[in-house]
Amino acid sequence: MQKLWHICFFLVGLTLLSGCQSTGGTEAAEDEGPKPLYTTYETFDEIAPIFNKQTDTTYVINFWATWCKPCVEELPYFEQLHEKYQGEKVKIILVSLDFPNQIETKLIPFLEERQLGPEIALLLDDDINSWGDQVDPQWGGAIPITLVYDAEKRSFHGTQFASYEELESMVEGVL
Amino acid sequence: MKKIIGFSAFVLVAAIGFFAISAAQPQPEAEGLEVGDTAPDFELMNIDGSMVSLADYEAEEGHEDVKGYIVTFTCNTCPYAVAYEDRLIETHEKMAPKGWPLIAIQPNDPEVQPGDSMEEMKKRAGEKDFPFVYLLDEGQEVYPAYGANRTPHIFLLDTDRKVHYIGALDDSPRDPEGVTVNYVEDAIAAIESGNEPDPSFTKAIGCTIKTKK
Repeated sequence: MQKLWHICFFLVGLTLLSGCQSTGGTEAAEDEGPKPLYTTYETFDEIAPIFNKQTDTTYVINFWATWCKPCVEELPYFEQLHEKYQGEKVKIILVSLDFPNQIETKLIPFLEERQLGPEIALLLDDDINSWGDQVDPQWGGAIPITLVYDAEKRSFHGTQFASYEELESMVEGVL
Repeated sequence: MKKIIGFSAFVLVAAIGFFAISAAQPQPEAEGLEVGDTAPDFELMNIDGSMVSLADYEAEEGHEDVKGYIVTFTCNTCPYAVAYEDRLIETHEKMAPKGWPLIAIQPNDPEVQPGDSMEEMKKRAGEKDFPFVYLLDEGQEVYPAYGANRTPHIFLLDTDRKVHYIGALDDSPRDPEGVTVNYVEDAIAAIESGNEPDPSFTKAIGCTIKTKK
């Protein structure tokens, strides 16, 4: 019986979550075509799988926010990277740590203006102390940071990139 | 004798090898202070124009009962620092009477981040009526000595300047309503009951400290 309850809660939770995800994503998708502007993750557990994919794809994951000047400065490098590796097994995900009360006023207008190629995730889980190590144990919490990994290698960059070439050579180091 | 020299040489080589290996291992936040270290004192200008050091602070009238310091690297311009302003004020107002004042240090280079100049610090402190000192890390020598790498970043020291806790104020930076653990208050409670804080180190989201490239 208890199990049934758990399943019920799980399903209710799932419904709620997909509800949340559709607020920014689907509405925007109707305007912009098939790709949602961003996907919302309320807890780290929901986004955790993207940090541990055991596939033949190389993942490039960057933590950023619209309020973070050095992050915004290096976004064009990720755009360039996205163009270069289009059609290849390289997946770029930009994880935003924007404030919940600035999504409508800052994040959405920013994304609509920039029309970035890489996938955008919005992570609302604030308890970084409980999940930061899963991104990388070296990470203290300041952004930007970038993680590049595949099934065999893992590389962490704890600061802003000085140039596009620096980002590309980090990715090439894992490929 | 030869044997001793041989053995010593072996120990030396082994030691060098060991250090080389440990140096090559990336350590989390390896630079700066760790819990248990003694933090350096400093002498920095406050928003009222006076120079403040921890030694002077303790010696001042009315500060005889100081047991330690909540040294907080923070600034005007980082949204995470701004999100924490009211909580820093509350923390100081609650903890200073218990002997744990908050000492705020602004580590950004005002030439890189004009919103963090002494003038702007005075303005913001006035608007928010900061009850704590708000010091400018002029020359940017204090934050690297502490190993602060973001704003806000907290170092909890006793009056011997021994570090007891490094990290965030609490577990909910973006949403003050969502706080479930106040790391700093818990750490102080632990110290006062003769224990070491647990956790004594937390990660925290924040803005990088701005320096000339």
